[in-house]
Amino acid sequence: MKNKFVKMVATAAVCGMVAASMAGCQSNGTNDSANDNTANGTADNSAADNSTDNGAADAATTDPAELSGTVTLAGSTSMEKVCEALSEAFMEEYPNITVTVEYTGSGAGLEALTAGSVDIGDSSRTLKDEEIAAGAVENIVAIDGIAVITDPANTVLDITSDDLTKIYTGEYTNWSELGGADEAIVVIGREAGSGTRGAFEELLKVEDACAYAQELDTTGAVLAKVASTPGAIGYVSLDVVDDSVNALALDGVAATEENILAGGYLLSRPFVMATKGEIADQNELVKTWFDFIASDAGQTVISNVGLILPQ
Amino acid sequence: MNEYASIHSKGVSKSVVELIAKIIFLICAIIAIFAVCSITVYMFMKGTPALKSVGVTDLFFKTEWKPTASEPSYGILYIILSSIIGTAAAVAIGVPIGLLTAVFLTEVSNKKLAAIVQPAVELLAAIPSVIYGLLGLMLLNPFLYKLEKLIFKGSATHQFTGGANLLAAVIVLAIMILPTVINISASSIRAVPDYLRSASLALGATKIQTIFKVTIPAAKSGIMTGVVLGIGRALGEAMAINMVAGGAVNFPLPFNSVRFLTTQIVSEMGYAGGVHRQVLFTVGLVLYIFIMIVNLILLKMKKKGEKDLA
Repeated sequence: MKNKFVKMVATAAVCGMVAASMAGCQSNGTNDSANDNTANGTADNSAADNSTDNGAADAATTDPAELSGTVTLAGSTSMEKVCEALSEAFMEEYPNITVTVEYTGSGAGLEALTAGSVDIGDSSRTLKDEEIAAGAVENIVAIDGIAVITDPANTVLDITSDDLTKIYTGEYTNWSELGGADEAIVVIGREAGSGTRGAFEELLKVEDACAYAQELDTTGAVLAKVASTPGAIGYVSLDVVDDSVNALALDGVAATEENILAGGYLLSRPFVMATKGEIADQNELVKTWFDFIASDAGQTVISNVGLILPQ
Repeated sequence: MNEYASIHSKGVSKSVVELIAKIIFLICAIIAIFAVCSITVYMFMKGTPALKSVGVTDLFFKTEWKPTASEPSYGILYIILSSIIGTAAAVAIGVPIGLLTAVFLTEVSNKKLAAIVQPAVELLAAIPSVIYGLLGLMLLNPFLYKLEKLIFKGSATHQFTGGANLLAAVIVLAIMILPTVINISASSIRAVPDYLRSASLALGATKIQTIFKVTIPAAKSGIMTGVVLGIGRALGEAMAINMVAGGAVNFPLPFNSVRFLTTQIVSEMGYAGGVHRQVLFTVGLVLYIFIMIVNLILLKMKKKGEKDLA
């Protein structure tokens, strides 16, 4: 009898704890992200200091403590990393302003902007004519560049975008077809869902048509694998390329920051935070957001996530 | 000091101490039950929505894995097959080697040699899986790439993977399950009573005949336990495989780049959202069910082993 009772109590207790933990999960989530914010903010202390200086220098700016409200952004999923980093740093400096970002895709974001339901539309491409006609103004906050890399022994240093497409779709399988050594091409890429893979496939127009021999889950892994595998080809963010690999010139244009800024390099795209009308016409909160991006702190955040700063 | 002090404390405090101790034990026991229950509930809660939103047939019987396409497809058949075939092959390679090593340790070798092999096996068990992965990456992959080039020279259909393939994963897994198989087999062979061996030898059987006809069959249930534990270890391994198997979703042929259930979750959880994320939880659920089945078999075998002994 007693044993049975103990068992029952134990089972009941377990069930209760399970239920409690399930309920706990939900609220925990929000707590965690709030904690993250503070943690990151403190780490970025120097950055925050910088922009306070900026604000002080600009007498016209309202005192940050007095501003309160919400800035809403919606759009490109590729911009998730930079948007998260920027909004975290921003909210650390302006604790009374809440920034919400939805990742709905570039087109949907711009639609929401022109419809007036968000303050800023994120787009990882230049705006279309009809979007500009609808009142959207293109503000490029960062540029994303992707380098195509091969192992250092490879003699092919320049490639056309057409050939690159054929390599990634599996049409070319040997470097001799491209004037290189008789070496099999080992096509290396990132895992599904990776922003770099999304951008690469989108810019090369090979979405979901790639025949990868290896799908690796970090930039570092791609870099290391390409460096050590004869005949390998891969793609990584431009900022991580080092001497262990060759960065290929694409259609005769070398993969450098200058060429990307000049606009000649195919595998690059702008990150746009579009506004309805010029920034100067926006409300105080949105202006503060763009001031922050233009400040040293904001620029540091952008380069820290591996993006190129527009000139 | 208290003049009543003795090894028997006063009646009241004794019963209180007993009660508190009981409660502490109960709480400790509940923590384990709680962990198992909450993990099970959580996996089913998170893993089942995708069955509805994607559909069971599209999920388990389709082979195309394109979670981010404009018309996404979430077939995980090749991934499940890779895990099953990879594990089976690793066991097929690892178990004979492990069993024969165990026989060598317990029946054949002299004491000096066993004193070297035994610690070596134990060290093998202590090496973290990321080290196995690293060695596989630096040594095995380049070697297999040379082999791949040799075998598929001039082949128009084979996609060269740079040596990161199913075979690499199988070899790494086979080595990783060795210590489990060896240790458990060796202890169960040691537990075989000596009179069985003596009887066999007295009847004129050679030493080798005795090992294969008497000792190993007598230690069967213990050896099988080792095998099943090895399967569990191979099935659940993620880190080492992630580093050597290539990670593209393909049919599990030896020289194809493959993805296992474990590596599927490890490599895509970071950026996955929406249905893609749900499906990854379903992959986790499939893995969880596999592991549960393996463990249930293990429990059954242990019970049977106890019965056999009795």
